[in-house]
Amino acid sequence: MRFGDLLEFAWRVLRGYPTRTLLILLAMGIGVAAVVAVTSLGEGARLYVVNQFGSLGTNLVIVLPGRSETSGAMPGVLVGKTPRDLTLEDALALMRSHAVRRIAPLVVGAADVHVGARIRETPVLGSTADLMDIRHMEVALGRFLPQADPRQILPVCVIGAKVATELFGARAALGEWLRIGDRRFRIVGIMAKQGESMGFNTDEIVIVPLAAAQALFNTEALFRVLVEAKSREQIAYARDDVEEIIRLRHEGERDVTVITQDAVLATFDRILRALTLAVGGIAAISLAVAGILIMNVMLIAVTQRRREIGLLKALGATAAQIRMAFLTEAVLLAIGGAGLGLAVGELARNLAVQLYPAIPFQSPWWALIAAPATAVITSVLFTLAPARRAARLDPVQALSRR
Amino acid sequence: MIRLAGIDRTFVVGDEKVRALREVNLQIAPGEYLSIMGPSGSGKSTLLNVIGLLDRPDAGTYELDGGNVTALSDDELARARREKMGFVFQFFHLVPRLTAEQNIELPMVLAGIDPAERRQRLDRLLAEYGLEARARHRPDQLSGGQCQRVAIARAMAMGPSVILADEPTGNLDRHTGQEVMAVLERVHHGGGTVLLVTHDPEIGSRAHRRVRMVDGAVVADERS
Repeated sequence: MRFGDLLEFAWRVLRGYPTRTLLILLAMGIGVAAVVAVTSLGEGARLYVVNQFGSLGTNLVIVLPGRSETSGAMPGVLVGKTPRDLTLEDALALMRSHAVRRIAPLVVGAADVHVGARIRETPVLGSTADLMDIRHMEVALGRFLPQADPRQILPVCVIGAKVATELFGARAALGEWLRIGDRRFRIVGIMAKQGESMGFNTDEIVIVPLAAAQALFNTEALFRVLVEAKSREQIAYARDDVEEIIRLRHEGERDVTVITQDAVLATFDRILRALTLAVGGIAAISLAVAGILIMNVMLIAVTQRRREIGLLKALGATAAQIRMAFLTEAVLLAIGGAGLGLAVGELARNLAVQLYPAIPFQSPWWALIAAPATAVITSVLFTLAPARRAARLDPVQALSRR
Repeated sequence: MIRLAGIDRTFVVGDEKVRALREVNLQIAPGEYLSIMGPSGSGKSTLLNVIGLLDRPDAGTYELDGGNVTALSDDELARARREKMGFVFQFFHLVPRLTAEQNIELPMVLAGIDPAERRQRLDRLLAEYGLEARARHRPDQLSGGQCQRVAIARAMAMGPSVILADEPTGNLDRHTGQEVMAVLERVHHGGGTVLLVTHDPEIGSRAHRRVRMVDGAVVADERS
């Protein structure tokens, strides 16, 4: 039997029983669509997290005071004891490393911000001018903190877009004064709207010079130090240098935790990839269910088409030809169902993108290959038994029954 | 040339053993027109199935065109059926979803014959059996006589050496039955071997050689 004839024969069978064909297409389609939709959700979440980390800065090395022992803490949320403070002098010393491009020490606290009679409690961030470049921040109006000696207390601040509207309403905030605690600051810049990134909403903070924040919160200790390595390749060197410099300054104690953005990113990447794979696998169970449906329908078809199978045998069809006819039918159904499923899955993905534009839903390439391949393989596997039964039918018996 | 020697065929039905064929010896020369008659259960259909290579005898030898076919494998039997046998059934056994033309084409499709060659043979067959106007009709749009003509054309598609007809008129009215017989006899006049199983004496007596079976054995074999 020629291949083209085989295809045509199977095609005519599919057209001859439209309800049955549609039912199987539907089952296969749902299975494939589920895999595509679910994996694109997982992949979307992964890309979202990766992008969030990316927006944190590039080639970032983060220094936290305190040594965190490797206990069962979640990666990325490292909380260490603080036997010795991390100071501004420690931070400035890091610039001695050749692998470090720039640093931004951070002090964080919450304080009441007053403008006239209005009061709002906001997170206050103390840092230096380099923070803007390290964190890829953007200023909408005015400018960022001035380049100056970080030990100097300057009465200037930069405020988030939301803070500006809440404190000033429609009035222009730039150049106005605000009061934090007992200190007054002139607003020199307003941040562009960036929304949340890794727990910090830059729309809702007030940024003041580091020394001012230290004075406000009456602390020498830094919350953390952001270090930008000169290039991706230099991240490892920067990390080693940072550890070594701090160790020397802290009398040989390795009492800081240094995390690289890469490492955290890789961990999240791994977790979310595994998650996507797992939910994709769960969705693939529906494909197995579709396979069982195919087997059931094919077994019924063998009974229904006994006479036809007997006739084909009488006309000289070999057992192999009968098997191939059934398997071709199954493959055609699987391909049709997979096509349908990919289309529906894509539609669902587009819908999700419309509803949640922030999350980059997209099916991973392996799911787009694995889902149709699984559909074809399961339907062939589940048709093997019915096809064999058909091929073994005794032609005399098959023909004798009406 | 068909040569059957000591053919036995036993079926097991429940606990009982039914000997459908007992020691059947039969020689059929090419071009013969032979009818097998007998009461129902006499084994005439079983004999036809054995000759048509659909069924295997339990004992005895069957020589077809000089070769022993008793020892062939299933695939070899399928190939021999395809090349040498043409079946016509009481209930036509047309594939309902295929048109008349596609039904006639089926044996040639299974044999893997080139589409252009198939088309040529198909046109010839359609003309020969007067089915040109009905070529694209499905079986449910054809009369009984037309269906049986399609079945005969299908049986002839591969140019078989033997045509085996099992009650070909059993499902047709008298007049249409006569027409179908005329078509089968045309095959015989063209030089083909025609084997006919029937319980209708009027149809059976048209054959030149008449074999009578009772209880699985050949009891009479007369020629005219």
